[in-house]
Amino acid sequence: MTIHVKFFASMRDLMGDDQEISHNILEQKNIKTVDDLWIYCAEGKERPNNVLIAVNMDYVDAQYFIKDRDEVAFFPPVTGG
Amino acid sequence: MKVIINSDCFDPWQRLNQFQSEMPDTMQGSYGATAVFVGTMRDFNEGDDVSDMFLEHYPGMTERYLENICLQATKKYDLLESLIVHRVGHIKPNDSIVLVAVWTEHRKQAFIACRDIMENLKSKAPFWKKEQLNKGQIRWVEKNTQG
Repeated sequence: MTIHVKFFASMRDLMGDDQEISHNILEQKNIKTVDDLWIYCAEGKERPNNVLIAVNMDYVDAQYFIKDRDEVAFFPPVTGG
Repeated sequence: MKVIINSDCFDPWQRLNQFQSEMPDTMQGSYGATAVFVGTMRDFNEGDDVSDMFLEHYPGMTERYLENICLQATKKYDLLESLIVHRVGHIKPNDSIVLVAVWTEHRKQAFIACRDIMENLKSKAPFWKKEQLNKGQIRWVEKNTQG
Protein backbone atom coordinates (compact mmCIF):
# COMPACT_ATOMS: atom_id res chain seq x y z
CA MET A 1 0.00 0.00 0.00
CA THR A 2 1.04 3.62 -0.51
CA ILE A 3 0.79 6.07 2.37
CA HIS A 4 1.47 9.77 1.98
CA VAL A 5 3.12 11.07 5.15
CA LYS A 6 3.50 14.74 6.13
CA PHE A 7 5.31 16.36 9.02
CA PHE A 8 4.66 19.93 10.08
CA ALA A 9 6.45 22.54 12.21
CA SER A 10 8.70 21.08 14.92
CA MET A 11 7.85 17.52 13.82
CA ARG A 12 9.46 18.27 10.45
CA ASP A 13 12.56 19.55 12.27
CA LEU A 14 12.61 16.38 14.35
CA MET A 15 12.39 14.16 11.29
CA GLY A 16 14.90 16.11 9.20
CA ASP A 17 14.00 18.29 6.26
CA ASP A 18 11.48 15.91 4.71
CA GLN A 19 8.12 17.61 4.79
CA GLU A 20 6.29 15.13 2.61
CA ILE A 21 7.12 11.51 1.95
CA SER A 22 5.24 8.82 0.07
CA HIS A 23 5.93 5.39 1.45
CA ASN A 24 5.36 2.19 -0.44
CA ILE A 25 4.78 -0.16 2.40
CA LEU A 26 4.98 -3.86 1.82
CA GLU A 27 2.19 -5.84 3.43
CA GLN A 28 4.72 -8.05 5.20
CA LYS A 29 6.00 -5.04 7.15
CA ASN A 30 2.88 -5.51 9.26
CA ILE A 31 2.07 -1.82 9.46
CA LYS A 32 -1.54 -1.50 10.52
CA THR A 33 -1.87 1.59 12.70
CA VAL A 34 -0.61 5.16 12.72
CA ASP A 35 1.68 4.18 15.57
CA ASP A 36 3.19 1.39 13.43
CA LEU A 37 3.71 3.97 10.66
CA TRP A 38 5.55 6.34 13.02
CA ILE A 39 7.91 3.55 14.07
CA TYR A 40 8.48 2.68 10.39
CA CYS A 41 9.21 6.33 9.42
CA ALA A 42 11.00 7.62 12.53
CA GLU A 43 14.09 5.42 12.41
CA GLY A 44 14.18 5.03 16.16
CA LYS A 45 13.03 8.50 17.14
CA GLU A 46 10.49 8.37 19.92
CA ARG A 47 7.05 9.81 19.19
CA PRO A 48 6.61 12.94 21.38
CA ASN A 49 3.73 12.64 23.85
CA ASN A 50 2.07 15.82 22.60
CA VAL A 51 2.15 15.00 18.88
CA LEU A 52 -1.16 15.37 17.07
CA ILE A 53 -2.14 13.08 14.20
CA ALA A 54 -4.49 13.58 11.27
CA VAL A 55 -5.52 11.03 8.67
CA ASN A 56 -7.02 12.49 5.51
CA MET A 57 -7.20 15.81 7.39
CA ASP A 58 -9.23 14.55 10.35
CA TYR A 59 -7.81 14.14 13.85
CA VAL A 60 -7.26 10.51 14.92
CA ASP A 61 -5.37 8.73 17.68
CA ALA A 62 -2.24 6.64 17.29
CA GLN A 63 -4.20 3.36 17.21
CA TYR A 64 -6.15 4.38 14.10
CA PHE A 65 -5.96 1.77 11.32
CA ILE A 66 -4.50 3.14 8.10
CA LYS A 67 -5.34 2.00 4.60
CA ASP A 68 -3.95 2.33 1.09
CA ARG A 69 -3.65 5.95 -0.18
CA ASP A 70 -4.25 7.55 3.22
CA GLU A 71 -2.59 10.90 3.92
CA VAL A 72 -1.14 10.85 7.43
CA ALA A 73 0.13 14.02 9.11
CA PHE A 74 2.11 14.40 12.32
CA PHE A 75 2.34 17.80 13.98
CA PRO A 76 2.80 19.52 17.38
CA PRO A 77 0.01 21.27 19.34
CA VAL A 78 -1.48 24.06 17.26
CA THR A 79 -0.79 27.74 18.02
CA GLY A 80 -2.88 29.84 15.65
CA GLY A 81 -4.82 33.02 16.31
CA MET B 1 -20.00 32.11 6.16
CA LYS B 2 -16.58 32.86 4.76
CA VAL B 3 -13.07 31.62 5.60
CA ILE B 4 -9.99 33.27 4.10
CA ILE B 5 -6.35 32.25 4.50
CA ASN B 6 -4.26 35.32 3.72
CA SER B 7 -0.55 35.23 2.91
CA ASP B 8 -0.29 39.03 2.70
CA CYS B 9 -0.74 41.76 5.29
CA PHE B 10 -4.43 42.67 5.64
CA ASP B 11 -6.46 45.47 7.19
CA PRO B 12 -9.15 43.76 9.31
CA TRP B 13 -11.44 46.81 9.36
CA GLN B 14 -11.30 47.17 5.59
CA ARG B 15 -12.08 43.42 5.26
CA LEU B 16 -14.96 43.77 7.68
CA ASN B 17 -16.41 46.73 5.78
CA GLN B 18 -16.02 44.94 2.47
CA PHE B 19 -17.67 41.74 3.74
CA GLN B 20 -20.57 43.63 5.28
CA SER B 21 -21.10 45.76 2.17
CA GLU B 22 -21.31 42.59 0.05
CA MET B 23 -23.94 40.90 2.24
CA PRO B 24 -27.18 40.07 0.43
CA ASP B 25 -30.14 42.43 0.82
CA THR B 26 -31.92 39.81 2.94
CA MET B 27 -29.34 40.44 5.70
CA GLN B 28 -30.23 44.13 5.95
CA GLY B 29 -32.34 44.70 9.05
CA SER B 30 -32.03 41.07 10.22
CA TYR B 31 -29.09 41.41 12.62
CA GLY B 32 -28.95 43.44 15.80
CA ALA B 33 -25.43 42.52 16.92
CA THR B 34 -21.99 42.23 15.37
CA ALA B 35 -19.07 40.98 17.48
CA VAL B 36 -15.53 41.28 16.20
CA PHE B 37 -12.19 39.95 17.44
CA VAL B 38 -8.86 41.01 15.94
CA GLY B 39 -5.62 39.29 16.96
CA THR B 40 -2.42 41.29 16.43
CA MET B 41 1.21 40.21 16.60
CA ARG B 42 3.07 41.47 19.69
CA ASP B 43 6.79 42.30 19.73
CA PHE B 44 7.36 40.21 22.86
CA ASN B 45 6.55 36.71 24.09
CA GLU B 46 7.49 34.79 27.21
CA GLY B 47 9.87 37.53 28.36
CA ASP B 48 11.74 37.89 25.04
CA ASP B 49 11.65 40.58 22.35
CA VAL B 50 10.33 39.14 19.07
CA SER B 51 11.35 40.71 15.73
CA ASP B 52 9.21 38.62 13.36
CA MET B 53 7.29 35.41 13.01
CA PHE B 54 6.44 32.73 10.47
CA LEU B 55 2.96 31.23 10.59
CA GLU B 56 2.75 27.77 9.03
CA HIS B 57 -0.51 25.97 8.21
CA TYR B 58 -1.73 22.68 6.72
CA PRO B 59 -3.34 23.65 3.39
CA GLY B 60 -6.68 21.92 3.07
CA MET B 61 -7.03 20.79 6.68
CA THR B 62 -6.78 24.33 8.05
CA GLU B 63 -9.58 25.61 5.82
CA ARG B 64 -11.69 22.53 6.60
CA TYR B 65 -11.37 23.05 10.35
CA LEU B 66 -12.09 26.76 10.19
CA GLU B 67 -15.21 26.02 8.13
CA ASN B 68 -16.27 23.31 10.61
CA ILE B 69 -15.79 25.71 13.52
CA CYS B 70 -17.97 28.32 11.78
CA LEU B 71 -20.63 25.73 10.93
CA GLN B 72 -20.80 24.45 14.52
CA ALA B 73 -21.06 28.00 15.86
CA THR B 74 -23.75 28.82 13.29
CA LYS B 75 -25.89 25.92 14.54
CA LYS B 76 -25.17 26.48 18.23
CA TYR B 77 -25.66 30.25 18.35
CA ASP B 78 -28.01 30.87 15.40
CA LEU B 79 -25.45 32.96 13.57
CA LEU B 80 -26.80 34.90 10.63
CA GLU B 81 -23.34 35.33 9.16
CA SER B 82 -19.68 34.73 10.08
CA LEU B 83 -16.23 35.62 8.78
CA ILE B 84 -12.74 34.35 9.60
CA VAL B 85 -9.60 35.81 8.02
CA HIS B 86 -6.30 34.26 9.16
CA ARG B 87 -2.83 35.30 8.16
CA VAL B 88 -0.06 32.83 7.20
CA GLY B 89 3.57 33.31 6.16
CA HIS B 90 6.02 35.96 7.36
CA ILE B 91 4.52 38.39 9.88
CA LYS B 92 5.85 41.51 11.58
CA PRO B 93 4.84 42.97 14.96
CA ASN B 94 1.63 45.02 14.75
CA ASP B 95 0.39 43.00 11.74
CA SER B 96 -3.08 41.52 12.11
CA ILE B 97 -3.02 37.74 12.55
CA VAL B 98 -6.71 36.91 12.74
CA LEU B 99 -10.13 38.49 12.28
CA VAL B 100 -13.28 36.78 13.56
CA ALA B 101 -16.66 38.44 13.09
CA VAL B 102 -20.18 37.16 13.71
CA TRP B 103 -23.62 38.62 13.08
CA THR B 104 -26.62 37.63 15.23
CA GLU B 105 -30.05 38.92 16.26
CA HIS B 106 -28.96 39.73 19.82
CA ARG B 107 -25.71 40.66 21.57
CA LYS B 108 -25.45 37.67 23.94
CA GLN B 109 -25.07 35.10 21.15
CA ALA B 110 -22.67 37.38 19.28
CA PHE B 111 -20.30 37.83 22.24
CA ILE B 112 -20.30 34.13 23.14
CA ALA B 113 -20.02 32.86 19.58
CA CYS B 114 -17.10 35.15 18.72
CA ARG B 115 -15.21 33.95 21.82
CA ASP B 116 -16.13 30.31 21.13
CA ILE B 117 -14.89 30.47 17.54
CA MET B 118 -11.58 31.99 18.67
CA GLU B 119 -11.00 29.37 21.37
CA ASN B 120 -11.84 26.51 18.98
CA LEU B 121 -9.57 28.03 16.34
CA LYS B 122 -6.70 28.19 18.82
CA SER B 123 -7.12 24.60 20.00
CA LYS B 124 -8.08 22.83 16.74
CA ALA B 125 -7.09 24.68 13.58
CA PRO B 126 -3.65 23.56 12.33
CA PHE B 127 -1.44 26.65 12.49
CA TRP B 128 2.04 26.86 14.01
CA LYS B 129 4.06 29.94 14.97
CA LYS B 130 7.83 30.18 14.64
CA GLU B 131 9.35 33.24 16.30
CA GLN B 132 12.54 35.08 15.48
CA LEU B 133 13.86 36.76 18.62
CA ASN B 134 15.80 40.05 18.63
CA LYS B 135 18.81 38.23 20.06
CA GLY B 136 18.85 35.96 17.01
CA GLN B 137 17.30 32.76 18.32
CA ILE B 138 14.52 31.06 16.35
CA ARG B 139 11.96 28.95 18.20
CA TRP B 140 8.60 27.27 17.69
CA VAL B 141 5.81 28.53 19.94
CA GLU B 142 4.87 25.43 21.93
CA LYS B 143 1.63 26.54 23.58
CA ASN B 144 -1.10 29.15 23.46
CA THR B 145 -1.37 31.96 25.99
CA GLN B 146 -4.29 31.90 28.44
CA GLY B 147 -7.52 33.09 26.83
